[in-house]
Amino acid sequence: MRPGPIVAQALEIAVALAAAPLFLGWVNQCRAWLANRGAPSMLLPYRNIRKLFHKDAVLAENASPLFRIAPYIVFGTMVVAAGIIPSLAGRLPLVVAADAIALVGLFATARVFLSLAAMDVGTAFGTLGARREMMIGFLAEPALLMVIFVASLISATTALPAISAHLASERFTIDPSLAFIGVAFTLVLLAENARIPIDNPATHLELTMIHEAMLLEYSARHLALMEWASALRLFNYACIGFALFVPWGIAARDIGPFGLTLSIPVLALKLAAAGGGLAVIETVSAKLRIMRAPEFLASAFLFAVLGLLVHVLLGGA
Amino acid sequence: MIASLSSPLPDCLALVTAWLAIGIAGLARPRSVRYAGRTLFVVGALVALALAATAVWSLIGGATQSMVLPIGLPDLPFHLRLDPLSSAFLLLLGAAAAGVSLFSAGYFRDSDGMAPGLLCLQYHVFLASMGLVLLANDAYAYMVGWELMALSSYFLVTTQHRIAEIRAAGFIYLLMAHVGALAILLAFGILQGGSWQFTFDAMRAAHLSPAWAAGAFLLALAGFGAKAGLVPLHVWLPEAHPAAPSPVSALLSGVMLKTAVYGMLRVAFDLLGHPVWWWGLVPLAAGLLTALYGVVFAAVQTDMKRLLAYSSIENVGLLFTGLGLAIVFYGTSMPALAALALLATLYHSLNHAAMKSLLFLGTGSVLHATGQRNLGRLGGLIHRMPWVAGLTLVGTLALAGLPPLNGFVSEWLLLQSFLFADQIPRAFVDLLIPLGAAVVALCAALAGYVMVKFYGVIFLGQPRESSLAHAHDCSLLERVGLGWLAALCLALGLAPAQVVSALTPVTRQLTGSATAQGASWWLLAPVPARAVSYAPLLFLLAGAAVVALTVLLVRLFYHRRVRHARPWDCGFGEVSPRMQDTAEGFGQPIRNIFQSFFAIERELPTPFDAAPRYRIAIHDRIWLGIYQPIAGWVRRLADVVAGLQQGRIAAYLLYSFATLVLLLAVVLAT
Amino acid sequence: MSSSAAREKVVTDIPLDQQLLNACAALLLLLSFAMLSQRRIVSLVSLLAVQGAVLAAATLLIAWRTGEGHLYFSAALTIALKVAFLPWLLHRLIRRLQVYWDTEPLLNISATMLTGIVIVVFAFGLAQPITHLASTATRDAIGIAVAVVLLAFLMMITRRKAMSQVIGFLSMENGLFFGAMSATYGMPMVVELGVALDVLVAVLVLGVFFFQIREQFDSLDLHHLERLSERR
Repeated sequence: MRPGPIVAQALEIAVALAAAPLFLGWVNQCRAWLANRGAPSMLLPYRNIRKLFHKDAVLAENASPLFRIAPYIVFGTMVVAAGIIPSLAGRLPLVVAADAIALVGLFATARVFLSLAAMDVGTAFGTLGARREMMIGFLAEPALLMVIFVASLISATTALPAISAHLASERFTIDPSLAFIGVAFTLVLLAENARIPIDNPATHLELTMIHEAMLLEYSARHLALMEWASALRLFNYACIGFALFVPWGIAARDIGPFGLTLSIPVLALKLAAAGGGLAVIETVSAKLRIMRAPEFLASAFLFAVLGLLVHVLLGGA
Repeated sequence: MIASLSSPLPDCLALVTAWLAIGIAGLARPRSVRYAGRTLFVVGALVALALAATAVWSLIGGATQSMVLPIGLPDLPFHLRLDPLSSAFLLLLGAAAAGVSLFSAGYFRDSDGMAPGLLCLQYHVFLASMGLVLLANDAYAYMVGWELMALSSYFLVTTQHRIAEIRAAGFIYLLMAHVGALAILLAFGILQGGSWQFTFDAMRAAHLSPAWAAGAFLLALAGFGAKAGLVPLHVWLPEAHPAAPSPVSALLSGVMLKTAVYGMLRVAFDLLGHPVWWWGLVPLAAGLLTALYGVVFAAVQTDMKRLLAYSSIENVGLLFTGLGLAIVFYGTSMPALAALALLATLYHSLNHAAMKSLLFLGTGSVLHATGQRNLGRLGGLIHRMPWVAGLTLVGTLALAGLPPLNGFVSEWLLLQSFLFADQIPRAFVDLLIPLGAAVVALCAALAGYVMVKFYGVIFLGQPRESSLAHAHDCSLLERVGLGWLAALCLALGLAPAQVVSALTPVTRQLTGSATAQGASWWLLAPVPARAVSYAPLLFLLAGAAVVALTVLLVRLFYHRRVRHARPWDCGFGEVSPRMQDTAEGFGQPIRNIFQSFFAIERELPTPFDAAPRYRIAIHDRIWLGIYQPIAGWVRRLADVVAGLQQGRIAAYLLYSFATLVLLLAVVLAT
Repeated sequence: MSSSAAREKVVTDIPLDQQLLNACAALLLLLSFAMLSQRRIVSLVSLLAVQGAVLAAATLLIAWRTGEGHLYFSAALTIALKVAFLPWLLHRLIRRLQVYWDTEPLLNISATMLTGIVIVVFAFGLAQPITHLASTATRDAIGIAVAVVLLAFLMMITRRKAMSQVIGFLSMENGLFFGAMSATYGMPMVVELGVALDVLVAVLVLGVFFFQIREQFDSLDLHHLERLSERR
């Protein structure tokens, strides 16, 4: 294999690693502006992660090895996912390893390990968080899968770069089912990244937590990895959204220096817009009661299924 | 293609007979655990390994061999045949049985209710009968094997026959097995097509009218569905699996359910020859319903083996979904896609055999170590039983369908074949079938939920009972058995291209078409027209590299200091193990969301109870709605018939006399 | 896969205006589903207004495509009535009656939506033979029109509050209008005007009714009307 693709692959992962906390910081900043608060620095997530890495890790006495290895696995899956999703370029070496379905499986792996780790110490909040996370996951995962399924039907492949390239080239045929999966995807993105209608990323009230409740027992470097992983997850979801709905500006064929240098500012632009949009959604909506969360996600799932039907009816023969 | 050197069929026959011999040898010293348990089971495992190897060899050769065995009734010899389809399932049988037998060698003890020698006999007869079912080439041999399988497994299920519930479970199992066998027998009756030859060769040659063929297909579906646990014929499964000793549950779930899938494939694609496309809709719909039903029920179980039994129902549903999809594709002349769907089914059969056996054996170890099957009394076993916990984790993740393990591969293949469903050239059906993918996706995600519950409640957290502190890890032989199955899960997950190419002769035999081979040995790319691929090895390497690099970098740049402290108690002060989610608690969201599936019986304490008790029982609506009324009718009918019993000889003689006269009158009239 | 290649060709051959029309049709369906999943009456009214706007856009598209003058007029009518006037009226009613929320629907939202999916499959299946009969370029949308009508029906069945019933009624009218348009490029002008007038009058009368119902029962919950049954 020529060195070019591998360098491009490494660059894509490096950009993801670097940009993910920044994106999170940007969303927080937008939220603060919209709420008329003084905004924290966009670099705050970096400082947090750095601070946490320097601290001593405190483990619960009855934590098992699973608890210690889980942050690395969760972080690892998110990094691999970042390598698969075409954020800067298509046709990268890792892309043949996993298509979009495998990507959903990768997210599921992270979720399962996160939940298992949360159950490991055996505190009330840990198991509560794990249960809620799995509840959200079991509806969000098929919804995401159906979103990808519809996109795959449109472009006759499940490889994400190929889907993205197809959608970018054939955009003059408006496929109405994209509207449905767009709605479904937005709902899934909010739920899977512990954003506001489902979970409040800034909450410190244990009873309403989902994601944070699972991390209660983590500290120091483990927590840093978990935080970084969740920032990466948000970034990854945003990039999946770009690949499906705004697929322009990804270096599909040209993965030389020129193509990549062009696609980085495009990505930055998309991220800035997406972060602003996310902040608006979070600001205007109120957190749902946890009992309403399944309804929210069932809607996402059913919207995606509806997209499938509409595609077969209208996009088809 | 006749390989003169290789003769896998006689080898297979010899190995199956060897199982019988081992079983009978067990009777020599029936009370000795060391002899019947430790020694013979290990020999049985070696036989299983040899069988698996022979099956692989035969599969790669791709040859079909048949022979006639002059035993049985006069003029009714056993016809045997080894073709790729039976080889694939013999491989499944051998590979799974090897692990289960090794585990059993360390598992069975004197106190398990039945003499070890007797257990050894039944166990090996069970294995041999499954072998016979897979090798049979006429209805007679098939039914002998099938009934032998049902009977031997019945005795194995009721090993602890002193417990009333287990006897009841065994009864339901036997009843359903016989209802199913009846349907299969009738299906064979139709399939012979007027030639009155009951060899499979005659059935292949028979020409059936479309109505009869459909009838045979539906009867076979009912019969094999009853064996596999297709809703609404599933009721025996969650009763029988938990009742049996764990290695037997592993065989029942891992292997025996697959013989039903084998039978269905044999009838639909081989004996009937050309399935009509709409037949496929029936197993497809039933499979999807079964999958959803099974996984939803699995999520609310509190008994770990019942949970796994319901999860088996889910997986059987997925198998029949793939089978139905294959028939629809085949019937609408898309053989390449039929091969893809069929491949998903076969692959998932192998996967499920490995992972479900592994998990059932894991519960066996837990059961031996703690004496508890109730999830509410377990917890924290990862500290006490690291081997079992570690190996079971592999099965758990595999069953949850996570890459890069094996469960994911077959799920991936199934979804890939669903992606073509919109091309089915039948109006309305092309609209309906893609919806099946949504159900499959939902089931796969729910399976993750179930597995987190299973593993988290048993192995993680704090022990919910103080007696769990004395739990011990499993013995060496048990570890080897578990390890073999875990290795199978890994191998099936990491080398999909090899497994697919090994299974290709089967799809070629059944559909006349094969899925494409990937360009490289590490890449699975079954659909050449679409740029789809999956390379678990690369995937795993990338993941492992990232994890290793992260660990290294963190240690290099920072430190590895760790302090230990008590878990955060939110300032409450007293955190007790009882504050963890119970199995009921973890299943609560599913219970709420899928309320309409269950008949829930709940007792809530009032706020002023001095000793509050919470009780919940979840019943199967199908059991209450279909089976109980039927049982009621049967009982009433039996009461009516019981009126015939007079106790007087004269009355009985009168019955005989009346019957005789009636028969003579019939003869006269005709 | 030759068939998929052939199909892709078909897809790209569809002219742009028809694609836009299909997109409008899909949006109508999307909005119907959004209404099914919505509990807040205020949002329901907004969704209805958006649905009206999409309908007007679709009408304009067809008008532009076919050059039928009366369709421009009907689009203008749609905007005036369904995007501006009726939503304004409904918002005013909501304020006056103080009904911002629907109570818990008869069937929970997820089950309603699941039923909705079944209805959509049914409608699409139903429309497939009709689709082959119709000669208009917009025939693909017939299934969607049928689905929108049935979904509106479903909403009316599962809601308790009189207000959401009216909204369901209006949404149903949208579906009918769209169906007529896609099957035959719209109804004759007289019929259209008549229907518009009917809708207007119906809503006005219902508005009066609301006040009367509340006067009588102190609530707009329709289960109170069950008391009017003869059998009690």
